[in-house]
Amino acid sequence: MHGLLASISYNNWILTVLLALPVLGALALWAQGAAMRHADETARTSAARKLALVVFTAEAVVSLGLWWSVDYSSPLWSGYVAVPWIPAWGIFYRVGVDGIATMLILLTTLLMPLTVLGSWTSIRERAHLFYAMLLVLTTGMLGVFMALDLALFYVFWELMLVPMYLIIGMWGGQRRLYASLKFFLFTMLGSLVMLVAILYIGLTAADPLGRPVFAYDVIVSGATYPGMASLWLFGAFFLAFAVKVPMWPFHTWLPDAHVEAPTAGSVVLASIMLKMGTFGFVRFALPLFPDAATNPAVRSAIVILAVVGIVYGALVSMVQPDFKKLVAYSSVSHLGFVMLGIFAFTTQSLQGALMVNINHGISTGALFLLIGMIYERRHTRQLADFGGIAKVMPLFAVMLTIVALSSIGVPGTNGFVGEFLVLVGAFRTEPIASVIAATVVIFAAVYLLWALQRIIYNPLSKPENQALKDLNARELGLLVPFIAGILWLGLYPKPVLERTQAAANRVIERVHGMGADGSVAGQGR
Amino acid sequence: MLLQETVHPLAETAARFVWWLPTLPLIGFVINGLLSLQAATKLGPADPSADADHAHAGHGAHAHDAHDAHAHDAHAHDAHDAHPPRHRYAAITSIIGPGVLIASFVLALAMFFAMRGVEADAPFVSRLFSWMPVGDFKLDAALQLDALSMVMVLVITGIGSLIHVFSVGYMQDDPGYPRYFAYLNLFVFFMLLLVLGANYVVTFVGWEGVGLCSYLLIGFWFSEQANADAGKKAFVVNRIGDFGFMVAMFLLFAHLGTLDYTAIAANAGTLEPGGAVVTAICLFLFIGCTGKSAQIPLFTWLPDAMAGPTPVSALIHAATMVTAGVFLIARSSVLFSLAPVASLTVALVGGLTAIFAASIGLKQWDIKKVLAYSTVSQLGYMFIGVGVGAYTAGVFHLVTHAFFKALLFLGSGSVIFAMHRAYHATHNHGDDAQDMRNMGGLKAMMPVTWTLLWIATLAIAGVPPFSGFFSKDEILSAAYSRAHESTLADASLLGMSGSTVLYLVWILGLASALITAIYMTRMMLYTFHGPNRTDEKSRPHLAEAPWVMTGPLVVLGVLSLFGGWLNLPEVITHMVPLGPAETLEHWLEPVVGEATARVSGGAAHVAVSTEQMLIAGAIVIAIAGIAIAKARLKPEALLTKDASEPSRGFERILERKWYVDEIYDALVVRPIHALSRSVLWKGVDVGLIDTLGANGSAAVTRFAGWIGSQLQTGRVGTYAWLLVIGAVVVLRAFTAGN
Repeated sequence: MHGLLASISYNNWILTVLLALPVLGALALWAQGAAMRHADETARTSAARKLALVVFTAEAVVSLGLWWSVDYSSPLWSGYVAVPWIPAWGIFYRVGVDGIATMLILLTTLLMPLTVLGSWTSIRERAHLFYAMLLVLTTGMLGVFMALDLALFYVFWELMLVPMYLIIGMWGGQRRLYASLKFFLFTMLGSLVMLVAILYIGLTAADPLGRPVFAYDVIVSGATYPGMASLWLFGAFFLAFAVKVPMWPFHTWLPDAHVEAPTAGSVVLASIMLKMGTFGFVRFALPLFPDAATNPAVRSAIVILAVVGIVYGALVSMVQPDFKKLVAYSSVSHLGFVMLGIFAFTTQSLQGALMVNINHGISTGALFLLIGMIYERRHTRQLADFGGIAKVMPLFAVMLTIVALSSIGVPGTNGFVGEFLVLVGAFRTEPIASVIAATVVIFAAVYLLWALQRIIYNPLSKPENQALKDLNARELGLLVPFIAGILWLGLYPKPVLERTQAAANRVIERVHGMGADGSVAGQGR
Repeated sequence: MLLQETVHPLAETAARFVWWLPTLPLIGFVINGLLSLQAATKLGPADPSADADHAHAGHGAHAHDAHDAHAHDAHAHDAHDAHPPRHRYAAITSIIGPGVLIASFVLALAMFFAMRGVEADAPFVSRLFSWMPVGDFKLDAALQLDALSMVMVLVITGIGSLIHVFSVGYMQDDPGYPRYFAYLNLFVFFMLLLVLGANYVVTFVGWEGVGLCSYLLIGFWFSEQANADAGKKAFVVNRIGDFGFMVAMFLLFAHLGTLDYTAIAANAGTLEPGGAVVTAICLFLFIGCTGKSAQIPLFTWLPDAMAGPTPVSALIHAATMVTAGVFLIARSSVLFSLAPVASLTVALVGGLTAIFAASIGLKQWDIKKVLAYSTVSQLGYMFIGVGVGAYTAGVFHLVTHAFFKALLFLGSGSVIFAMHRAYHATHNHGDDAQDMRNMGGLKAMMPVTWTLLWIATLAIAGVPPFSGFFSKDEILSAAYSRAHESTLADASLLGMSGSTVLYLVWILGLASALITAIYMTRMMLYTFHGPNRTDEKSRPHLAEAPWVMTGPLVVLGVLSLFGGWLNLPEVITHMVPLGPAETLEHWLEPVVGEATARVSGGAAHVAVSTEQMLIAGAIVIAIAGIAIAKARLKPEALLTKDASEPSRGFERILERKWYVDEIYDALVVRPIHALSRSVLWKGVDVGLIDTLGANGSAAVTRFAGWIGSQLQTGRVGTYAWLLVIGAVVVLRAFTAGN
């Protein structure tokens, strides 16, 4: 496989192709939409979804080579490309990946065709625009994972915002306007502060000719900031990323956005966009400002917020009557694990955090798809409206059970591996936080099993539920990859752990090299 | 390490196939699971929302299969009110379900004989693959075969096979027949992982996996809310324990740098004996045990778990899963022997649980509930054993208990089966087939079951020479002798000297033995003796179950009778030449010998005369209990459930199980829910953050309205397209610069 990929110089073009393909796909959709202006809605929907599926599938297929082509142990970026974009301002098109980015890119490209399948029959209006937005969104998300130029990173970061805003605002539920605006304002406020910080960084690092420098590697290796500056800069990045994660108390946009978003929106939001925040910490906030990140006060504050989010999200999940909202709050809890894992600064906890990132993408994505499937049948997400449907939808019940177990973190599923590594690693540096976070194994079981019981168990007493049809072949087929991922990463996560290990080590070394409490590094046995 | 350098003597024997032990039931799970799904599945239409509106007609029948027959029964019940045709795949399932277990058992026997033939002090570790390697955290998926896991494997696959065979008869008419066997096979898979794991994490996989299967099987008849509730409760309460287990693993890794059993045994010496670390590790492990093995304060799920089919109660909630905590402490005996305070805690909690649960057992009317509380109580005994450092005695009682309690549950299953058949034949859906007040006099109709259940009753009551007598006596005399002299006696707990605690535990154990004999005799009298209290119509239909069910009972009866021979005490073999003494003790010596010696300080036994006194006392107590029950209880005067008055005073407190569920509900469950709903969600989220933060200003609301109107006109759609085109222009700019 390596030879084959090398022979077609895969690494030289793959990242750019992955970024360009969705945009070209969006244009193709626009052209198709324009050409079919007079066709009826059904025909338009049918054509749009097929085209979108083809584009996303192509994207997924070409991305697969990354699994083998990336040099995971090398300290250099794989697939590195640097082309001047706005040279006068020092802005370059500079992309490249390491193990951490590659896993998230693959998660994205593999997930997107499945979200198209998940929207297959639920998006019936303006389908061309809808799928085009999904494609543009994909470019934005992949760009964030690839960008090695701070200005370029910011462009991609903002590029994600608008399509998602429109997806929620145009195809969402009853309160979609409120939800989409809330989403927009929260994220926008965070990222504007980050923009200021990026500009400051670029100008501080200016070259002898006075041109700003945004190159990631240059800034990471060279930049030092006077006095409190690095704390302020870290704070600015923190705000942008913390909203995205979302960390408590910046999370309240998430439940609304999830509940109102159409299925595909919820899936992308939960599975990938939330990872932008945690990825941002690992790629930017920590390596750029290691001394601020390891400042004991800053670090304690973040660990406390993470733990509050973990417990708070789980507790609030427990009392939600709406299934989507329940899952949304559970995301706050899961992402808290990621933050704890990152800021515990041990190799196990960071690797665990990266696993939770991926696992949450799989299990929460699948949960939202499953919710979408019953929503299409019953047009409600209230747990109280269901009950006993395992009898009429046995396949659905099996799928929901497996996914819920993964989200609960039952050993043998992917959920366990991530959480366990986070906790076992974090316990070395943050024992109290780790023990408090571990209580969530109880609450997670409470809220998900309660939901499970109210949906698939109990008497099948409501007449509207007695006639429900089980999953069809499309729905079953699109869930199978999720189940495979859940079992694979639960039983044999080694291939992924190996691929992120070197990148994770670099982050840890960077932190300990600069940080005040380097003692942690010495704990390795 | 030594293991990797030299070839283990077991490596060339059947032991190298150790991974087949769990794999066989896993195969059974996959096949039965697929059969179950295949039979239940009808793929839906391509567009799921298309026919949502006109779907009522014609599909109703699908919803009214035989599960619903349970719904109009007053209680969670075992057998079936409707007799639908047998499941389409019943024949295949009947072969595969028990077949994989029997194959596993045969393999286990081969390994057992291989182990007997070789001298091996170190466990045989079979490394399958590297599971979670991260930095210095090296975690393998690995299985470990040693004397202790061998005993457990034989019990699990042996008793498991019998219960699988019994289930073929018991569940024959259930519409979920393959699903039942799928879950049961999966359970055995996880249970074998639990006992065969070579590190705490693999054990934990099994530990949580059996909890999952327990959840699925308790809620097997999920269309009744009580069953689904009971399953969920079991899972959640177990997870409270699992939290403790996890923290113990964090501590172990932080302080010893490994979670492998062999490495921990080798490095445990670096922990300060009696120090805070090892005590904390053991106490957190024990929290895990209180969940899985239903000890105070986490026992409340087990009685509710009786909502599952009765063979499940026998296998999971009596013979195997609930004893996992006892196994875990025996497995961690090196650690516990270094932590006297933790060991005393284990023994004390075990003693208190033993008497507390026994007291509730005195006033239960549901035959399965009696047995459930009896199980909690007997598990308490096992914890006394492993708590006082008599690890072999704890495991010995685990084994004999598996024999007689499985027999008791399966026997009660036969009774319930007969009652259900009779009620079904007469279309009686109102009466409770599990309530002893509705039974009586079944001795005449079910003589085989009657005989076997008396054997089990005498065994659990501790009458010689039945198996329970030997194991219970060994635990009690160990508690007594450790109180006399041991590292535990020198420690202190809650301001009491260890010696005082252990004498107290010993007295609790004696008192529980008396109560046990009473409630078990009560159960036998009310069920099998006196007049029959079923109605005239039902009575002729009461009969012994088919041989596929009675056969396994007979085997268990033999085991309950002679199980004591596994570990005869020397003091008895010296008096009566029954056979070799302390066989199990010698067998387990490589695993728990060192830890046992460390706790007892070498003084293994008290004086022979004292030991004889203890034995005599135990026999007197057992017989006294039976006599008291015979003298005080009048099965002739008992009224049926419907005719009975509600009990009063202290009896009512016992009948209502000391109101523990209600207390937990009021003190824990409700406050947490109220906090989450009123304070966190409605208060902090919606009230504080959103009001102050996001929606505070009226301008925001107005802006939202404006944006809304823009979206409605579709103009934003145009902007969106502009965005796409802009992005393309930007991308072209890259190439232009190239």
